[in-house]
Amino acid sequence: MVAFNLPLNSRIGLGQTFRAQAGTKRVREFKIYRWSPDDGKNPHTDTYEIDLDACGPMVLDALIKIKNEIDPTLTFRRSCREGICGSCAMNIDGGNTLACLKPIEDVKGAIKISPLPHMPVVKDLVPDLSQIYAQYRSVKPWMQADTPAPPDGERLQSKQERAKLDGMWECILCFCCSTACPSYWWNGDRYLGPAVLLQAYRWIADSRDEATGQRLDELEDPFKLYRCHTIMNCTDTCPKGLNPAKAIGAIKQLIVERQG
Amino acid sequence: MSGTPHIDMLRSPLGRARGLGSARAGSRHWWAQRLTALALVPLTLWFIFSVIHLSGASHQVVIDWLSAPLTLGLMLALIVATFHHLQLGVQVVIEDYVHDERIKIASVLAVRALCVLLALICIVSVLKIGL
Repeated sequence: MVAFNLPLNSRIGLGQTFRAQAGTKRVREFKIYRWSPDDGKNPHTDTYEIDLDACGPMVLDALIKIKNEIDPTLTFRRSCREGICGSCAMNIDGGNTLACLKPIEDVKGAIKISPLPHMPVVKDLVPDLSQIYAQYRSVKPWMQADTPAPPDGERLQSKQERAKLDGMWECILCFCCSTACPSYWWNGDRYLGPAVLLQAYRWIADSRDEATGQRLDELEDPFKLYRCHTIMNCTDTCPKGLNPAKAIGAIKQLIVERQG
Repeated sequence: MSGTPHIDMLRSPLGRARGLGSARAGSRHWWAQRLTALALVPLTLWFIFSVIHLSGASHQVVIDWLSAPLTLGLMLALIVATFHHLQLGVQVVIEDYVHDERIKIASVLAVRALCVLLALICIVSVLKIGL
């Protein structure tokens, strides 16, 4: 059944506060979820006061500043710092987004940061994504075609065919959407979630792919696909402005279409 | 953590993700839920307006109204659509929130039985008045 409270060993306590130096003018509080697998303790929230005059504009800048200058034990993923790699996906101010694309100024008051919701935590802000990567792999996110590629070049697409991939190729697999979806929270072991379904549709919509029918067969399942109840949290939270709910709707439509 | 961690699953993530495979089902349920919802919009509006229109009418007037083939047909359509939609919707809620397989199947079947029974009671009642 659905649990209404966190399990006892997941209840979040209060942690340390790292004060800014006296005389700092623009101070912002960052309240960050901390948990380590090594100390056997419950998770807690540490508070860091940051001088905005000595910090870059994005939340990721503040996290890097904390790790470099205040607390090197703070653990998080980051790489490209420009919204392309998807590593720094986390929950900031109650919404899933990329720390590198989230301006500090967009948040009023203290900035609360926690890992992507409802995923196992490896440490601090690092979620364990192995299950969702496996779900991604299960939809065979690669081209399947029996027709060999032309010997003298690549497989061609018309401009119209290529346009069907717009709004999907931009997905960077940060999983902000899947981890914002209540259906994925309750049934993530069987429901594929918006990110993986958008990727599945990306190959269904690809004119060069020849396995559309098998792909639809594999998705037609009460749990893999039909746990989507069009809640739209996915579309609402996507830091790239994409619409996974629309892709899922398109899959459902195709499955009905081929029946009649 | 102190002590040896307890691990009860060593199956690979991919094995778990593939699970029992695709059921090749679910689309009919989803489509039926949409269609009954669509049908219920005019049917429910018609029913509400009719009841308002009939308020204060005599017993005989109401029986005459329900005995008309069109009214009786629409009433039966309303009953079937309502209970079918109810059953489909509650099943989705149960599948969403109940994770114990035995309780899940038992509740889905119980809801289905209850909906069929209630629908039959409604149909018989309406026919008894209307025929």
